[in-house]
Amino acid sequence: MGVIELKTPKELRYTETHEWVKVEEGFAYIGITDYAQDSLGEIVFVELPEENDQITQGSEFATIESVKAASDLNAPVSGVIVAVNEDLEDSPELLNEDAYENWIVKIELEDDSELDQLLSADEYKKIIEE
Amino acid sequence: MKKTVLYDHHVKLGAKMTAYAGWQMPLQYSSIKDEHQAVRTAAGVFDVSHMGEIVITGEEATRLVDHVFTNDVGKMRDNQILYGFLCYENGGVVDDLLVYKFHDEAYLLVVNAANTEKDFKWIKAQNTFAATVEDRTDDYAEIALQGPKAETMLQMHTEKRLTDITFFTFDEIELDGERFLVSRTGYTGEDGFEIYGEHEAVKNLFKRLLIEHADLLPCGLGARDTLRFEVALPLYGHEIDKDITPLEAGMKFAVALDKGDFIGKKALLEQKEEGLKRRVVGLEILSKGIAREGADVHKGEKRIGHVTSGYLSPSLGKALALALIEKPHDKLGTTLEVKVRKRLLEAKVIKKKFYNK
Repeated sequence: MGVIELKTPKELRYTETHEWVKVEEGFAYIGITDYAQDSLGEIVFVELPEENDQITQGSEFATIESVKAASDLNAPVSGVIVAVNEDLEDSPELLNEDAYENWIVKIELEDDSELDQLLSADEYKKIIEE
Repeated sequence: MKKTVLYDHHVKLGAKMTAYAGWQMPLQYSSIKDEHQAVRTAAGVFDVSHMGEIVITGEEATRLVDHVFTNDVGKMRDNQILYGFLCYENGGVVDDLLVYKFHDEAYLLVVNAANTEKDFKWIKAQNTFAATVEDRTDDYAEIALQGPKAETMLQMHTEKRLTDITFFTFDEIELDGERFLVSRTGYTGEDGFEIYGEHEAVKNLFKRLLIEHADLLPCGLGARDTLRFEVALPLYGHEIDKDITPLEAGMKFAVALDKGDFIGKKALLEQKEEGLKRRVVGLEILSKGIAREGADVHKGEKRIGHVTSGYLSPSLGKALALALIEKPHDKLGTTLEVKVRKRLLEAKVIKKKFYNK
């Protein structure tokens, strides 16, 4: 395994805690990175938040369970959840199959300036290559 | 951080390495589930060279082992192995271990990596006998070949008839022309062998086994833990600990309260007579979610215990847990709640040997 082979799409923004954000028309999709799914190994359960829950940048909003352990996900940006990816309830392994196709929550962005605090693909790549 | 003789080979095989008890060990090679499944259906091979090997020899070796070990050493035949505990005076566990008897004046104790130093000091401190205690961990490497195909595979490497090495016995035999100590033991709930030898010999055997047997998978500590969990084999620091006695862990078969004096006997006898206040049980999690080690267990408002190990069982596909629970909530069929983050998951007490062939 090499970090080099793991994907970090250019158009996304990243956190140091291995979440990604994709912004589309005022909404933000949030997921975990390819590096995160690879480090966790087989994902066997995702504890999803509820629609209409408020999430706050930096705070925990969902939990992913691999065979070995539970890992909390931190919100990269703040906002109200407008959709959760319910496919993950029955098929958590989708996150292993394609971590970028399978977002976890969709939120209504509260403060665009929070996006500036996130990492670019190149910056994130440096972190995971260390 | 210590490395086993197989470290470079693990890296070459693409293992994800992890720090465990001061050693760099493989956590997984391919995937924990695949490795787990290989052991249940074919065979897997584990590097367990981190395990501690303590050798006790001398005229009064038997007396020393009998004094520190909970199981009945006096009943052991040569080449037999017994599982049991080193206990403190209060009945808490110093470690769980296998005792290999060569003869009345020579024993091998195989102990947990995290506890090797502590055990060695403990045994030496109890040694008022004509016996010598040596920590030989660095002299040996160890691998475990586990699974229903383990015997057939290993048989191809030796003239020795392996059916003669019956469950919980061992022999010193040649495998591909090199000497090893081979025991029919393991930590997976499957048939299999644990193989001890000199570093280079073990390294070569591990490599050869993987080359020559297509359906053999190298397995890491991840699968080792899910496998032992499904058959309720205790792990030190989880189901047994300095504060949890073997009786509370449900391991009284390995505590010979009818033998002569041994360290911890008085406390364990008292505990037996007074009746246990708590016990390790199996839980099936009925709600969605997984209960992990450390999660509190409740009955209504009352906290009645905690989860000691928990997984989504790879063989059974259910969320299961081992938990230390106060009586009388330990009865089969009792419904309880497990606190997982902000949620209370419903759970039911079931038999703790979750996986049966």
